Amino acid sequence: MLSKKQLFSRGMLDIAPHMLSVIPFGIICGAIGVDLGFNPYLVYAMSIIIFGGASQIVFLQLLSGGASSLVAVTSVGVINSRHLLYGAVLSEYLEKLSFIKKLLISYVVVDQGFAESNKFFKKNKTEQYLHYHLIGTGITMWVCWQIATLAGIILGSFVPEELGLKFAIPLTFIAIVVQDLKKLDHVIVMLVCGISSLLFFEAPFKSYILISPVIALFVAALLLRLKK
Amino acid sequence: MTWLSITIAGILTYFTRMTMIALVRRDLLGEKIKAVLAYVPSAVFPAIIFPAIFINDYGAYIEMNDPKIFGALVAIIVGYFSRNVIATIFSGLLSYWIIIFIFLS
Repeated sequence: MLSKKQLFSRGMLDIAPHMLSVIPFGIICGAIGVDLGFNPYLVYAMSIIIFGGASQIVFLQLLSGGASSLVAVTSVGVINSRHLLYGAVLSEYLEKLSFIKKLLISYVVVDQGFAESNKFFKKNKTEQYLHYHLIGTGITMWVCWQIATLAGIILGSFVPEELGLKFAIPLTFIAIVVQDLKKLDHVIVMLVCGISSLLFFEAPFKSYILISPVIALFVAALLLRLKK
Repeated sequence: MTWLSITIAGILTYFTRMTMIALVRRDLLGEKIKAVLAYVPSAVFPAIIFPAIFINDYGAYIEMNDPKIFGALVAIIVGYFSRNVIATIFSGLLSYWIIIFIFLS
């Protein structure tokens, strides 16, 4: 049985490699916000209030491009709706927590944290304080995101644009799913999701990010039925 | 006005994170749904990966010989065999840089 502290550190360790892409991305996000002419305090406040990587950039880009607040807010909601799926998966492991703890822990659920903690949870179902792993991944992500966006706001885009560091974002997610390429059913689900995201990329409010997982999960349900 | 929008966007985002964890009882989800949920990572992350590789900053599809495709393939192969996140990210970036700085410059 691991202690709370051990689980927390394990979470920090498991998400740490992803900071290789999260930190440059955070710097870029902060710098873009200021470049677009927004108040630096406002750009930074988003990292605390929204705390959602790509959705923060999309929000500012839409507003500066002349879109209405309603469109910008809706887009953030749609982009971040994927957390509903993460929550549904994680709820199995967080069931026993008090309502207040659930409310607090929810704030730090992010893509990479969900992915790494979910992998850990699947292998260590019997641990009593599992949620400390999720707190470890979430807090690491939160602290790094705050520092990185703040650095981008204050120092501007000191990461040279020619390096194309935005490319590190898909690479982080490749690292997350790559082991599942061993399983044919997962490969099919991934391809369905990926191809759908390209086909529906122009759909309003960035809704491809919601439409493609729904289609892919539907295919997953069909595959499960075939397997029986 | 912008502050108000950010606050609403933040509350919305928080609700997407909190709803399934704190408000929905797990028992409400049947066994079949739980089995489908095991596919969530495979069903969500490609929607971030594919557009980031195949669609450029201006919303157009990239060419088949784009260095990002090569970088992604290298990352997949290295990631598959190394099972190491840093190696995956770094090999992808490095192969991408080699192409854009050495072959395309």
